Parts: sequence; structure tokens; C-alpha cells
Amino acid sequence: MTQKIIVIGAGMASGRVLETLYDNGADVDVTLFNAEPRGNYNRIMLSPVLAGDQTYQDIVTHDDAWYAERNVTCRFGERVATIDRTAKTVTAENGDVLAYDKLVFGTGSNPFMIPLPGHDLDGVIAYRDLEDTEKMMGLGEGNKAVVIGGGLLGLEAAAGMAARGVDVTVVHIMGHLMERQLDEAAGYLLRKALVDKGITVKCSANSKEILGENGKVKALMLDDGTELPCDLLVMAVGIRPNVALAKECGLAVGKGIHVDDQMLTSDENVLAVGECVEHNGAIFGLVAPLYDQAKVAGQTLMGEEAAFVQKELSTKLKVTGCDLFSAGDFAEGEGREDIVFRDPARGVYKRLVIEENKVVGAVFYGDTADSNWFFGLIKDKTDIADMRETLIFGPAFQGGEPQDPMAAVAALADDAEICGCNGVSKAQVVAAINAGANTLDAVKAVSKAGSSCGSCSGLVEQLLSVTLGDEFVMPEKETVCKCTDLTHDEVRKLIKMKGLKSLPAVMQELTWSTPDGCHVCRPALNYYMVCEWPGEYADDGKSRFINERVHANIQKDGTYSVVPRMLGGITNPKELRAIADVADKFDVPTVKVTGGQRIDLLGVKKEDLPAIWYDLGQAGMMSGQAYAKGLRTVKTCVGTDHCRFGTQDSTGLGIQIEKAMWGAWSPHKFKLAVSGCPRNCAEATCKDLGIICVDSGYQILVGGAAGLDLRETDLLCQVATEEEALEYSCAFYQLYREGAQYLHRPYKWISKVGLDWVKEQIVEDADNRKALAERFHYSQQFFQVDPWAERARKGVDKHEFEPLADLTTSKVAAE
Amino acid sequence: MSQFIDIGAVEDIPQRGARLVKSPLGEIAVFRTAKDEIFAVDEWLPGKAGPLSNGIQHDTRVTDPMRNWVFDLATGEAQGADEGRVRVWETRIEEGRILITQQIMGELRAAE
Repeated sequence: MTQKIIVIGAGMASGRVLETLYDNGADVDVTLFNAEPRGNYNRIMLSPVLAGDQTYQDIVTHDDAWYAERNVTCRFGERVATIDRTAKTVTAENGDVLAYDKLVFGTGSNPFMIPLPGHDLDGVIAYRDLEDTEKMMGLGEGNKAVVIGGGLLGLEAAAGMAARGVDVTVVHIMGHLMERQLDEAAGYLLRKALVDKGITVKCSANSKEILGENGKVKALMLDDGTELPCDLLVMAVGIRPNVALAKECGLAVGKGIHVDDQMLTSDENVLAVGECVEHNGAIFGLVAPLYDQAKVAGQTLMGEEAAFVQKELSTKLKVTGCDLFSAGDFAEGEGREDIVFRDPARGVYKRLVIEENKVVGAVFYGDTADSNWFFGLIKDKTDIADMRETLIFGPAFQGGEPQDPMAAVAALADDAEICGCNGVSKAQVVAAINAGANTLDAVKAVSKAGSSCGSCSGLVEQLLSVTLGDEFVMPEKETVCKCTDLTHDEVRKLIKMKGLKSLPAVMQELTWSTPDGCHVCRPALNYYMVCEWPGEYADDGKSRFINERVHANIQKDGTYSVVPRMLGGITNPKELRAIADVADKFDVPTVKVTGGQRIDLLGVKKEDLPAIWYDLGQAGMMSGQAYAKGLRTVKTCVGTDHCRFGTQDSTGLGIQIEKAMWGAWSPHKFKLAVSGCPRNCAEATCKDLGIICVDSGYQILVGGAAGLDLRETDLLCQVATEEEALEYSCAFYQLYREGAQYLHRPYKWISKVGLDWVKEQIVEDADNRKALAERFHYSQQFFQVDPWAERARKGVDKHEFEPLADLTTSKVAAE
Repeated sequence: MSQFIDIGAVEDIPQRGARLVKSPLGEIAVFRTAKDEIFAVDEWLPGKAGPLSNGIQHDTRVTDPMRNWVFDLATGEAQGADEGRVRVWETRIEEGRILITQQIMGELRAAE
């Protein structure tokens, strides 16, 4: 007897159910409802339609003739109003009542719309069906669009519109794009590719409100107040199974419509397939499992035995022309190791996650040619112990060469500047090598590269090695950490030359061997970019040591110490009262006068820090940055104001210098002092930079130390005026900030580059000195922000100071 | 099977960040990795390391802010030459919320 089947929804899964039935000659009479006014088309091909590579006609899977040949009753553009499962009837919107033997749900999913204010404005759409696609296709040059959501669909919408000349901005709430499929490094490469296409990408961005005018969308406002003007706003933030109808007719529904292995719902005469179902707790979005479900549903309808099994899945995608692949479990964990391959020149990133000599996960970007082979290794749990060394190169290269540590330098452009001191490019260095200079000294002599401060020596050696091959033996060198083969100097130069402005960028372009570095390299890289790109690089607090992250010094019991700034060591009754008041109010156990001429409040509880800072701020005080690898204090004596020996206003000069320098970050802490006469009461001769006032002017002394090493300063020069003393001091600080290795104090750096070179840069070359001081002042406009005020008044980094939960005082409702 | 307590949203902890939970059994550091995994370990290894929520996080490890010991967050074991282990507390993520084993309530709850 002919089975009467009603199918609700003409999507990719239900389409495949019909194919299964007709291909097997099933005796069925099918009625197909579809809310969209058309039949089955290949929804995942909407992106090529948007991009203009295909037309709607190209992606239709079942056309009118197909339905006609099979006598399918098509009710397109019609919704089902109600279902009576006892009577086994379906009521259409127009009131028609149709009986069924079997009912198939293929209601798919609904795009999730964030309920932002303004989400119902005209011009706010999802990216789901042909109508949405057509709206995007209506835009062109001169139009602006914003896409919320940096997942696959959002990026395809963005790329498609960008290809039509639309000015597109992608707003993504997470730290990197496609975080479900990609790790941070691959996310970085994807972002780079999109930016190259002219798309603006904003990650870690929260949408606040959609602004409109006359009922039509005008702009998206982010929670930091940024307004992004747009003519169209596309929300592509995820989908939810469409279960409304199933729920109404009383089927068992969780996240989706519950189905068993035969795709039967809680009613044996009702089946469900596709994005609307939930099977063993899982819901589905990719097409492969949907087709499996459809086949099983078709067989169940025909009375055949079949069972749907969830399989290990891989995702191989092409997003806007970039090849991506991810499979298995690529989270890090105990007993798991990574094999990472990076080719910055080709923009390739490959990462395998290994556990007990088996590949358990993989993420590839840029080159997915061998992905099937790797997916096979994951599925088959192949023991890879024997091919581990060359595994990452894929099946064709078993036994090949290991990864080249010189890749980053080899990838540099010919005009990349190797030696900044003498302006020597990579091409000039290579030319010198090819002309016979086969040692570092010979290259120095011929090309001048490396002959001044010497910080590019490592790069020159790498070029010797790349150019001469085995003829050049690389000397042993000290790398930043085990995550890289590069030295501090090399990393710094490459950050500058390649314009690297984020941690993932550095790690990808400089072939880091770990996914996200370690506690040694991250703080160094963060500083190098803070110094190199003021105003452009976003400081990464998670790569700073705790003291700099919470702007206080951690003590051995986990409490903190608080040192407000006292410019030049000068204070007043109002400040002292404020300090005394907070010490009382917050039960501060110890109040101590420091060696840097200020007052330390010790033993403060972490959660009290913002409140203490607030009170100190009320009295006009700010952070003394006593915790920073940066400017600490300028210690002074009282000078001509009070002292009968004083030759100049040492206190006033100290205050001027501290005003100019506070807030600056540097490779290590930086301490200064100004003494009013050679009796040197401010102990300027053991500081990183000391000034001793004399009758004829100011002696500028550098490179002292009074810590693990004790070292007296050397005289840099003597100047006549306060203005000059300030300019030379700032120039010296900047030279140190730009040149020294992270965690080297100035004396260590000077012993490497030589005092003579420092004098050449600052004393002998006036233009260079002025340029250094200018760069310092430019940078300072971004860093002279009191971090305490930001935290006490604006709630910056609130999470650092408050416990997530306190379960000691109140009873908490379990589960 | 042990019961679980809701201690907050995943979003309450920044990626590669950590927050403290005060429990009857002492302070517990709850970490969110770059991949949105959640781990909970004791804040202190008395006399040896801590407070771990203040450390720098990398992979699924944290470097102690005081002595640079590196701990694996999944097992609590100190890595490399250092020997020691912090207690690890079972957590799970459900619909964006962080759940932690009720064992952290100690005898207070076990008695009920």
C-alpha cells in the first residue's frame, strides 16, 4: 500500500531523505511543505552565490521537473499550522487538513539574533537563506556593512560583500576568529588574510546597541563607545534548532527534537532529520552527518534496518580562499605534546597534537593537501613513533629534512633593514657575502653591517648560513627560551622589520615551536612590542608578571605593597594625611620609608587594592610604579633651595625629569637620582642614570648599579643647562629602551654595546639625540596614564581583584 | 557521582586568566585557558609555591609567581626538576557556567 508521507521543510537533509526513497523505488506519496517559497537548494553554496561565482540556478538540487516526475505535492511558501498526532493529520496555514502515515520533520534551524537594542531595525539581517543573500548582493561600492560574528558564516558573508566592493567590518566577541575550529595562531593568519582583502576585523569586541534612523539601521555601537556606520548589519552568531512546531505537538524536545538511532522521535510515526534534531545529546551543523541521518531515515521509512552513528569529524573549509582544516581534539592537556610547523613566507601553519604516540588532533592553515592522511592517522589511532621526526611534512616526506630554524630570516624581503645603525639592507649583506665575505668580521668590514652596536650580528650570521650553507658554521648563541632558536636581538629586529604587532603574529612569523610561548618569552615579546609600537600595540596583561598586571608588589604571603608616587621625594601634609588615613582604614600592618624617598604600605589584601588607590587618588596621588620594569623614582637632595653647598636646583630638576619619565616601560627597572653638589647626598653614582650638579652645569652619569652587582656610573658628558640635562636623560632612556635585551639593566647593556657607542649616539650625534628624545616623548603620551585611577575609578581589570566566588560565608545552592 | 556547584560564568574569567574561589577547604585558583578549558587547583602549595592564580599561564600550565615553579593544571604536578603537587578539583562547563565539585565544601556539605 502506498505510504502517505508529509515532509515539513525542504532543506538539505529532507531532500536527501526523498532521494533515498525514490532511488530505492519506495512506494510513497509525498507532500512537501516549505516556509521558503522554493524547493531544495544547496544552502552551503550560498556563499559562492554571494561572491558572484555562482547563481541561484546553479545551486538548486531539486527543480520543479524533479518533483513533477515523482509526483511530489509541493506546498512551497506554506507553513504547517498544527499537527494532530492522534488523528495523524497536519493542518496547513490555509486550513487544509492532510492525513499522513509517516511525518518527517526537517525544520532545520533558526539563526540566533542577539537581542541588542535596535535588532528589529530594517537592514538588520541574518545569513541564512536566499533572501538574506540577495539583500547583501544589493550592496556595492560606497556601501558599508558590519558583520557580527567571526565564525565561518560571518566571514563568508564579509568576504562575499567585500568582493562586491563593500566596506566591511567584522565584529567578533572572542579573542580570535573561528575559535571553535582554529587555535590562536591559525586565527591570526586568517585575520591577516581578511585584512589583506580590505576587511576590518575587530576581535574581543562587544556589541552594545544598534543605532537607527527612520527605522533603518545606521551604525553599530560597541561597548567602548566606538560607532561603526553601516547600511546593512549581518548577524551571524550561531543557530538554534527550530523545534517550535515539534514542541507544540508534544514531541520530546531538548536542545533539538529527540531522535533515536533510527531517526524516530518520541512518536514512532514521526521522524526528524537535520539541524533540528538532537541525537545522544549532540546537535548538528555540518552537512556530512545530516546526509547520514537522511539515509537512515529513508531506510527506516522503507522498513529497513539502519542505525545512525556519530563519527569522528573533521572540518575542511575554504574561507575566502584560505584553506583550513581541523580535526579531532586539539586542546592542550597532560601527556599531550605539540608538533608545530610554521612557514611565514607561504603563510602556512600546521599543528599536530600527539598523545601516547598517536595523533589525536590537527589544525592546518594555508596548506591542507595532506589533511586526509592526517585524518586517517587520527581515526585509525596509528602509532606514529617511527615517523615522528618528519611526521609534520606529510606522507610524501617521511625521511625528509627537519624544520629549518633559519626560515624567518630566509623569508625577509631584500630591502629589509638588517643593520639600523648603518642602514644596511638584506640585499647588501647578501651581496657582500657573495662577493667573498665569508665571516662575520668580513661582512662587518665590507658592508658595515654589525659594526656599530652589534645587535644585528646574529642576523648577519644567519644570512651567512642561509647564503653559504654548510660552508658557514653557526656559532653557539643564547636563545630567548626553548620556544625559539632566535636571540633577543634577533627577535627585536624581526619584530620591527616585519611590522609584527601581536603575540600570535610574532609566534607565527618567527616560527615559534610552542602554541603560545612560555613565561620567559611572553613578557619579553610583550615589552618589545610595547616599546616598538606605542599607541598601536595592545598591551597583553596576561603576558606580564603579576606585579605589573595588578600594579602592586606581591609579598610572600600573597598580600601586596602599595607605593604612591612622590615626585622627587617631595610630599606634603595632605598626602601624608591621606596615607595615614588609608593605613588606618585598611588595617595596613606595616608602613615603611623606602630607599627611593617615598612611603610603602605593606600587607594590603589584593581585594582592597582598588579601594586604597581610590582614596589615595582623592588626595591627588598616583601609582609610584614601584613594581614596574620601568621608571621607578628620581631621588634628589634639597639643592639650592635649602642647602648651603648646593650648586643648582637639584630637587626641581629631579621633579622635572620624573614628570617627563613616569609611566614609561623599559627592559628592566630604571632608577635615577639628582645630587645638588659632588658630595652626592642623593647617591647618584650608583643609579641607572645619575646627575651631579656642579657650578658649571650638570654631569650626566650612566650605568651604575647597587644590587646583586655593585657598579659605579660612568660619565656620559657634562651639559650646561637644565633643558639639555632633560633632553640627554630622555635620549639615554630611549636608547636603552630600544636596544637592551629584556631584563638587562643599563650597565649590562652598556657592557655589550660599549660606552663609546652610547656616546656616539647621544653626545656626538645631536640629530640622533633629538630624534631619540622625540620618540620617547611620543611614546609617553600613550603610557602616562595612571594605572591606579583606571582600576579604582573605571573598573579596568576588575576580575583581577575580586574572587570569582566566596563559598566560606554563605551557603550556596548545590547544582 | 559527586555533585557540582555553580561558581560563575566562563566569561567571568578572561582567557589565559585566573580567579580565586574561597572555599571551606582553602583558596582555589580557577583558570581559563586560551582554548576556554577550565581548571581548578589549590592556590597554594604551602611553603613551596603560590599564589598560583597570580602566575603566568601558558598551554595548560601555570608558572608560580614567586619561585617560577611550573605546574600542570590538569594533574597539579610540578614540572621539571621541582617536586610537588597541588590538589586538583574536578570542574565542568555547562551552558557557559563553571561547575566545580562539591568536594570543595569539605565536611560542611558532606555532613548533610
